Amino acid sequence: MIVYLFILLAVLAIASALAMVINKNVVNSALFLVINMVSLAGIYLLLNAQFLAVIQILVYAGAIMVLFLFVIMLLNVEDEEKLFDKFRIKYFLAFVLGAAVVGQIFYSIAGVTNMLPEISSNMAEIGTVEAVGDVLFTKYLLPFEMTAILLTAAVVGALMVAQYKIKKG
Amino acid sequence: MLEIDWFLGLSAIMFSIGIVGVLIRRNAVVIFMCVELMLNAVNLSLVSFSSFHGNIDGQILVFFALAVAAAEAVVGLAIIIAIFRNNLTVDVTEINLLRW
Repeated sequence: MIVYLFILLAVLAIASALAMVINKNVVNSALFLVINMVSLAGIYLLLNAQFLAVIQILVYAGAIMVLFLFVIMLLNVEDEEKLFDKFRIKYFLAFVLGAAVVGQIFYSIAGVTNMLPEISSNMAEIGTVEAVGDVLFTKYLLPFEMTAILLTAAVVGALMVAQYKIKKG
Repeated sequence: MLEIDWFLGLSAIMFSIGIVGVLIRRNAVVIFMCVELMLNAVNLSLVSFSSFHGNIDGQILVFFALAVAAAEAVVGLAIIIAIFRNNLTVDVTEINLLRW
């Protein structure tokens, strides 16, 4: 049962990622990326990472993709009409490079298999909000506070960059 | 039963799709979305290692990666808006001010 669920979610994730790359319309690409994020959140649920599944939908599929769609609508970007209209050596090289990366990672995965430790029986409790928050606010309190400074700096920097206009002349 | 290799294989395939997308697309916004896809693929492998080792530190790292990805998306989209205001295009082949 759980295997079939994983296969369904994995096929959905890969298909939406492929559709995002080969789609000419930018808005459709963004919406396919949302499907990818949601299916990835389902895979996090299969891995007993409930907190991260919720955060994935809230932050990625919610906030970041709304930001992307907002920018796409703001810029009024046109479709890429010339994508895939004729064979280019660039596409061939890109596909060869992608296949090489897949092969390399699969080769390394096959080399290090059977090296996992025995899992304890409390694996189901590892990804809950209590477990994550317990570690996050004790052991990783300083990086957590640094994240607040980072986000504030990012917002201020984004405002400065987006307002700046080069004088033509 | 699910093995960790399946999750790592899915992560590898998604990462490679992101690489191909960065290489073949010319719209800067779509290239940015492909970078987000690659970040997600790495997050998936971190979560699967964390889950199969029974150690929560990997999920904490994914949490911080999400925060950094949010900051990166904000700054990157601001840069894209600034480029669009000055060049009236987001086609990366036509943004060649620094190319000799």
